[in-house]
Amino acid sequence: MHRFIPSTKEDKKAMLESIGAADMEALFVDIPKEVRLDRELALDESKSELEVTRLMNETLGKNISTDALTCFLGAGAYDHYVPTVVNHLSSRQEFATAYTPYQPEISQGTLQVIFEFQTMIAELTGMEVANASMYDGPTACAEAAMMAVAAGKKKKSIVVSETVHPEVIKVLESYLRHRDVALIIAPMKEGETDYEKLSTLVDETTAGVLVQNPNFYGVIEDAKKSVEIAHGKKALAINYVDPLALPILESPGKQGFDIVVGEGQGLGNDLQFGGPYLGFFASTKKLVRKMPGRICGESVDSRGQRAFVLTLQAREQHIRRYKANSNICSNQGLVALRSTIYMSLMGKAGMKEVAEQCLAKSHYGAKVLTASGKYKLAFDKPFFKEFALVGDKPTKEVNGKLVEAGILGGYDLGPLGVKNGSLLCFTEKRTKEEIDQLASTLEVI
Amino acid sequence: MSKIVEGLLYTEDHEWVKVEGNKAKIGVTDHAQHELGDIVYVELPEEDDELAKGDVFGVVESVKAASDSFTPLSGTVTAVNENLEDAPESVNATPYEAWMFELELSDTSELDGLMDAAAYKAFCEA
Amino acid sequence: MKDYNQLIFELSKSGRMGYQLPKCDVEQVDLGTLIPSEFLREEVAELPEVSEIDLIRHYTALSTKNYGVETGFYPLGSCTMKYNPKMNEDNAAIPFSKNVHPYQPEETIQGSLELMYDLADQLSEISGFAKTTLQPAAGSQGEMVGLMLIKAYHDSKNDDKRTKIIVPDSAHGTNPASAAVAGFEIVEITSNPDGSVDLDALKAVLNDEVAGLMLTNPSTLGLFETNILEISSLVHEAGGLLYYDGANMNAIMSKCRPGDMGFDVMHYNLHKTMSTPHGGGGPGAGPVGVSERLVPFLPVPVVEKKDTGYFLDYDRPQSIGKVKGFYGNYGILVRAYSYIQAMGRDGLKEVSEVAVLNANYMMHKLKEAYKLPIDKVCKHEFVLSGLNNDKHEVVTLDVAKRLLDYGYHPPTVYFPLIVDEALMIEPTETESKETIDAFIEAMLKIAEEADKSPDLLKSAPHNTIVGRIDEAKAARELILTYQK
Repeated sequence: MHRFIPSTKEDKKAMLESIGAADMEALFVDIPKEVRLDRELALDESKSELEVTRLMNETLGKNISTDALTCFLGAGAYDHYVPTVVNHLSSRQEFATAYTPYQPEISQGTLQVIFEFQTMIAELTGMEVANASMYDGPTACAEAAMMAVAAGKKKKSIVVSETVHPEVIKVLESYLRHRDVALIIAPMKEGETDYEKLSTLVDETTAGVLVQNPNFYGVIEDAKKSVEIAHGKKALAINYVDPLALPILESPGKQGFDIVVGEGQGLGNDLQFGGPYLGFFASTKKLVRKMPGRICGESVDSRGQRAFVLTLQAREQHIRRYKANSNICSNQGLVALRSTIYMSLMGKAGMKEVAEQCLAKSHYGAKVLTASGKYKLAFDKPFFKEFALVGDKPTKEVNGKLVEAGILGGYDLGPLGVKNGSLLCFTEKRTKEEIDQLASTLEVI
Repeated sequence: MSKIVEGLLYTEDHEWVKVEGNKAKIGVTDHAQHELGDIVYVELPEEDDELAKGDVFGVVESVKAASDSFTPLSGTVTAVNENLEDAPESVNATPYEAWMFELELSDTSELDGLMDAAAYKAFCEA
Repeated sequence: MKDYNQLIFELSKSGRMGYQLPKCDVEQVDLGTLIPSEFLREEVAELPEVSEIDLIRHYTALSTKNYGVETGFYPLGSCTMKYNPKMNEDNAAIPFSKNVHPYQPEETIQGSLELMYDLADQLSEISGFAKTTLQPAAGSQGEMVGLMLIKAYHDSKNDDKRTKIIVPDSAHGTNPASAAVAGFEIVEITSNPDGSVDLDALKAVLNDEVAGLMLTNPSTLGLFETNILEISSLVHEAGGLLYYDGANMNAIMSKCRPGDMGFDVMHYNLHKTMSTPHGGGGPGAGPVGVSERLVPFLPVPVVEKKDTGYFLDYDRPQSIGKVKGFYGNYGILVRAYSYIQAMGRDGLKEVSEVAVLNANYMMHKLKEAYKLPIDKVCKHEFVLSGLNNDKHEVVTLDVAKRLLDYGYHPPTVYFPLIVDEALMIEPTETESKETIDAFIEAMLKIAEEADKSPDLLKSAPHNTIVGRIDEAKAARELILTYQK
């Protein structure tokens, strides 16, 4: 008996009798004796809720969280404001425990949320269509690359800028290795994509060109250049973006990109040690039939009412099987719901204000951190909420001292070739006091 | 019983072929459209595409399926039925009028391998 | 609430605000001086402007249009819609866990690393594998990873002729799709009518070009593959590896383990077997377990333990690399860990026993009114082939839509492809006999209706907030975003 398993001894007896089975074992005789496990699983005995909670608090209590460490660490996962409303609404069981809306008549809630999510992503990115989500930013990039290859019939390579998040590049490598598609990396120059070099690497065999904006180093690039270069060789232009920057930066759609992908974690989702996060995926209408993932469309029902339904399912694995462009089935539904609520709540004005505050705080941070001259900005380029700072000691050492002072320092750029470099992030949550504290602590290290 | 039109040639993949001199128009039969259900999209080749017999020339998509379409003949695509982009449902309504593409044939002997209306009828009933 | 039919954009009113941020305490900036004007957005992003209460009412109303596991019985075959314990939610929300950045210094994340290390161990124990990676985000991605591992293994032996993966025609669509994504050619073999592997068909395609075979056991018909040891020998003798689709793990926990059956690699669906919520389509998690010989190829990083503590091991030269950002769907892993802790060895055993009992009971009660293609002891799910009485041409879709009128989520329909008019029912172990009996009664009533008043089914549903939706229209006239 277990609290999650309602069957009593009597129930089991009655059911077995009904089937005509002597005992539970009779239901497992189809499993050959040679493969039967003849011992118990080497796990603990069952535990009560109180015991599990105690155990987990003990184990997880060995972490130091961002409640105790002021977070200046970004690099693809951000400490942005998560309105409490998002938690409450997304925990409603009708949203959380339902599965894929394959029976649309009783899934209009989920479907309408997806439709709203698609609309907001399309609006922010300036693109015509968006899907219901992908696993995360890096895999969304991989899917975009595969889509570009599928759309470009005989094309055999993807060109990606060195200023794209290193994890994205690694994921692209893993995905493309076995598909006979070359991954070419265009070098960076002074914190930005070297567009001149990029144009020499893009040719008739290029299916897609991927640049990130703001890039991994926080720099706002002249990403439009990659669009011209890509289109010049009939390749697709792909942009990897930070949705929190989009309210103030020119939309990728306006810049002419064909596919826009990104990481939506910052839109109302906690850090959660790296997941579950949220990949979003948008493109031109022309490419929609090659788009991976679930897509929700508007239609009417038998009574003439507006209704929503998953559409263009003939693209997906359950119909196309091995001919599908992608194998994705489950997406990040609940995370997309959270982001939809976030974008609705913050809205037109709020999203813009968050972006402006990030900008203000990062620039204030840059000012006070470089005031004494001990630290310098690695790159003299426009930036959004992150920038690379260079000091006189290895970042690992500096960060160790910062943790002692209750501060989470930046991402170590040493391994990427920026000696003593640290990528620092300033979201709207960072107060002036916290930033001043960072500056004064860094000063004496 | 699905409709079969005299004067056309047929394939085992349920396509029809209308020969006009050295060219041929190709579409799908009534049997095919019935199997697929409501057709929502037809992906077609482009003009000047070179196709070999057996190549996939496009996809016919319905709500519940996506079927690759194979060309029964080799040649160069000379025309594509643009109406199908806006009205894919015409393949359901009038399958023998909803031609998909036209080919300039490179090997007319391939026509010998196709079925006539009677042979196709027998094939369907088998 | 029932008639509520507004999009959030239609609620929007210029100037309304649902948020408040602290005033900016650093000097204001002039966008134009910091960023070149050509990089700035000219047109405003048209996002909603609503108040908090209107937002809450809106999403609350939308939720009432949904049906979740807590609304009622959800016998969606192959999805294991079991109860999602609330304690998992609370445990995943422990601040020490959710407010942790993935790139924090290792000494500050020992708790999360310990949890992941222990979870991987537990999953390995349950499945009989040497090691488990927690990185894949969902079952389908787990499949892809498993196949990439198989490829890496063969490549390491310079066996590059092996370009094919065998997939039975009863397989879930993700199987062949994942194989294609991993760069393989797919060879489909027909199954026996009972969904088991046709050994002759398998022998006919096994050769030195085959990298592996993907199998689900129990199969997608809910039946245990009794020839598994022979299948395993055949594949291994031919030099291939055996992949296990773990979607149906709920049937066999504590009874047998894929690792002991000869499988080399498998994926879990934590959102199925380990009770993490389905979320309206995700997020899931698809950990992949491997036998010893595939361990060197696992994705990086792997959580390892040394005497000074836990660490993320990137030093794995034969690794297939990274397949996802960061370490996996961590929040889902925490929930699964919480569940396994709660259930323990005795609980998981009972899970599989009762899941199988419930399924057999239902199958027994429905096999007269409905067509049961294979009348054999099933595992945790079974497949019907439509109604026994088909004189009015009532199809499975009609049965499913009529179930909506009875207040139930229908079973899985039209899968597996090898069963005509398939109706796949999986009750799971978290349902009481009363719930199951009530559903059986509804199914029997519907079977009667199919005979006496078939039009009721063909035009169903009647009692839901929306009727059948015009899917052809949705695909022909694409409206994928709100247009003012």
